Amino acid sequence: MAEEVLRLSDLHVSVEGTEIIKGLSLVINQGEVHAIMGRNGSGKSTLANVLMGHPAYEITSGEIYYQGKPLVDLEVHERARAGMFLSFQYPSAIPGVQVGNFLRKSVNSVQGESALSAREFRVELKQRMELLSMDKTFLSRYVNDGFSGGEKKRLEILQMLLLQPKLAILDETDSGLDIDALKVVSEGINSMPSQTSSLIITHYQRLLDYVKPDFVHAMIDGNFVKSGGPELAIELEEKGYDWLEV
Amino acid sequence: MNDDAQDAVGDYRYGFHDPEDSTIRFDKGLTEQVVRDISELKNEPEWMTDIRVKAYRHFAERVMPDWGNCEMLNAIDFDAITYFLRSSKGTESDWDDVPEAIKNTFDRLGIPEAEQKWLGGVTAQYESEAVYHSLRDDLEQQGVLFFDMDSGLREHPEIVKKYFCSVVPYSDNKFAALNTAVWSGGSFIYVPKGVHVEMPIQAYFRINAKNMGQFERTLIIADEGSSIHYVEGCTAPTYSTESLHSAVVELIAMEGATIRYSTVQNWSVNVYNLVTKRGIAHKNSTIEWVDGNIGSKLTMKYPAVILKGEGSHAEVISVAYSGSGQHQDAGAKIHHLASNTTSRILSKSICKNGGRSSYRGLLQVSPKAQNCRSKIVCDALVLDEDSQSDTYPTMEVANSSADLEHEASVSKVSSDQLFYLMCRGHSEDEAMGLIVNGFFEPFTRELPMEYAVELNRLLQLEMEGSIG
Ligand SMILES: Nc1ncnc2c1ncn2[C@@H]1O[C@H](COP(=O)(O)OP(=O)(O)O)[C@@H](O)[C@H]1O
Ligand SMILES: [Mg+2]
Repeated sequence: MAEEVLRLSDLHVSVEGTEIIKGLSLVINQGEVHAIMGRNGSGKSTLANVLMGHPAYEITSGEIYYQGKPLVDLEVHERARAGMFLSFQYPSAIPGVQVGNFLRKSVNSVQGESALSAREFRVELKQRMELLSMDKTFLSRYVNDGFSGGEKKRLEILQMLLLQPKLAILDETDSGLDIDALKVVSEGINSMPSQTSSLIITHYQRLLDYVKPDFVHAMIDGNFVKSGGPELAIELEEKGYDWLEV
Repeated sequence: MNDDAQDAVGDYRYGFHDPEDSTIRFDKGLTEQVVRDISELKNEPEWMTDIRVKAYRHFAERVMPDWGNCEMLNAIDFDAITYFLRSSKGTESDWDDVPEAIKNTFDRLGIPEAEQKWLGGVTAQYESEAVYHSLRDDLEQQGVLFFDMDSGLREHPEIVKKYFCSVVPYSDNKFAALNTAVWSGGSFIYVPKGVHVEMPIQAYFRINAKNMGQFERTLIIADEGSSIHYVEGCTAPTYSTESLHSAVVELIAMEGATIRYSTVQNWSVNVYNLVTKRGIAHKNSTIEWVDGNIGSKLTMKYPAVILKGEGSHAEVISVAYSGSGQHQDAGAKIHHLASNTTSRILSKSICKNGGRSSYRGLLQVSPKAQNCRSKIVCDALVLDEDSQSDTYPTMEVANSSADLEHEASVSKVSSDQLFYLMCRGHSEDEAMGLIVNGFFEPFTRELPMEYAVELNRLLQLEMEGSIG
C-alpha cells in the first residue's frame, strides 16, 4: 500500500474570526494527484495557505498530519524543508533580489546538506529553464518584480522543479495562462517524479486535460461536496456547481 | 554593545609623551595653542598654520547646528576629546577591551584573526599595507599623485594651497571648522588630464579603517577628461575608542572629468560621525557620491555637489541603517548653478529596534540655470513600531524651466513577502535578510564586490538579531 503523505481530518479554519473551512477531510498518498475545483471564494486558497502555515489562518479544530506527524508543530520554513511546496496564486514580488541568487539560496535552504554543488545546480537550472521555455535573462531580474502573470507562474513551476517537493500544492497555476503557456506549465508539472504527490487547485477543467488527476474534489463553501475520478472534472465544467448545492 | 563600548572608552589613557618613544598625544581639550602645536609638530607652511588658527577661532565661536539631533549633538564634550595623536604603534588598544558583540560579528563574517585584531585597533600594522604600496607604484606610472594628506601637503604644497578649503571653507559649519583646525590624515589625490584610473582606488578595504582618522581631510582633484573611483571605509564593524569623527572631503572635477567617491562606514555605536563632503563639478563633468552609513551613534552627513559648469551631472546614492540607539541623519545637497545640469538622488534607509533615520535634502536651482533636471527618490523601510523614519526635503527653485521629480515612500515588510520566502525554506530572519538586502541592492550593486558581499552578510546578521 502506498505511503500516506497528507491527512486532514475534520479541519476547521477561520480567518479574522470568520470560519472559511468547515470540516474538511482528505487523505493523499504518495504519488497521487488530487484536484480541487470550486468557485471563487469557496476556500481553496485558504486551504493552501493553512497547509503551509500562514499565520493569518487559524485552525479552530481538526487535525493535519504530514507524513504521519502533526503539521502544526512545524514552522512555515520547516514545512518547506520537509518537502511541502506551494505554487502561489499570487506570488509576491521581492524587489532587489535576483532570481538566480534566490533560486540557489532556496535550494540550499530546502535541501541543506544534500543540495547540489554550484556547478551541478547550474546545469540543472539550465535544463529546467529550457523545459519551461524561460530565457536566461530571467535569472538577473528581481523575483516577480514587474513579471507578467505568465512569467510569475513559470517561475513558480521552476521553483517546484528545483526544490523537488514530496507534496506539491498548486494554487490556480493555470489561471491567466494562454494555451501555449498552459502546455509549457503542464509539461513542467508532468516532469515531476512519479512518487510526488500533488494537490492541484483550479476552477477550470482545462489544466486537467494535460495533467491527469487520480481524484477530483468539488469544493463549496469550505467543504468537499462531492469527490470522484477525472470524470467529475468534466461534469463540473459542463454543469457548474449549482446542482451540488444543498 | 553600548555598555561594552563605553567601558572600553573609559579605559582610554592619555598624556603627552616624548617624541623619542614615538607616541605623541596631546592633552584632552582644544585651545589655539594646541592648534599651533599640531601645525608646528608637522612642520607645516605658515599659510596652513594660519588657516588652522582662523578655523579654530571660527569653531570656538560657532554655535552648534540647531537641527539634526540636537540632544545627541549637545552631549558632545569637546573638552574630553584628544585632538592629536601620533604613534608608531597606531591607536593600539587591548583586545580584551574590544566589545564582545563586535568580536562576535567578526567571527560570523569570517574575518581572519589577524584582520580582526587590526580592525579592533589592537594592531596598527597589517599585511595589506604591502598591497597599498604596489598599487601606488602603478598609479605613479600614470602620473597620479596619491598621498596621505600630510605627505601631500609636504610634497605638493602648491596644489594643496590652491584647493584646500576651496570647496568646503572652514566657515561652512562648526564641524568643518573643527576639522580644518585639527585635521590629520586622509588622502590627497591628483589625477592628470585624460588619465583614467581603471581600478577603484581603495584606501583600502581593511587598511583604510586606520587611515580613517578622527579628523581626516581628503582632497581629490580630477583634471580635465580624467576619471577616478575612490573607495573609503569598511563594511565590517570598525571599533574606535575615539568618540568623535569629523572628516572633510573636497572633490574637484575639472571639465569632462568623472569622480566617484564611495564610502561605507560601520563605526561602533559610541561614535559621532559628523562629516562634510562636497564636490565642485565643472563643465560636462560628473561627481557621484555612493554613501553607506551602517554604524555610529549619530551620523550627520549630506554629500553635496555644486554643479558649476554647464552640462555637469551629480549623483548621490545613499543608504542608512539605524538600529538600537542610532540616528542616521543623512541626505544630499545639490546646487544647480549652471544650465543643462542634471542630478539624481536615491536615498534608502532602514530602521529597526528603535533606530531613527532621517533624510535631509536640499535641491537648489539658481535663476540663471536653464533646463536643469533632477530626480529625487527616497525610500524608507521601517521594520518595527519603535523605529522612526522622517524626510526633510527642501527645494529652492528659482528658474521655472527646471524639470524636477520627487518621490518618497515609507514601507514595511509585508507579511505576504515573508510568507512567500518562508515557503521557499527560509527562516523568518533569513527572509527578512533577503528583503533588506534586496531593498539596499540599488546601492550595493554600485560597490566593489568585496564590500557588496560583506555588506549583505552584515545585514543578514543584523536581521538575525545576532548583532548587539
Ligand atoms: N487573509 C484573509 N483575510 C480575510 N479574509 C480572507 C483571507 N483569505 C481569505 N479570506 C476570505 O475567505 C474566503 C475564501 O477565500 P479563498 O480561500 O481565497 O477562496 P478561493 O481561493 O477558493 O477563491 C473569501 O471570502 C475571502 O474573502
Ligand atoms: Mg484562490
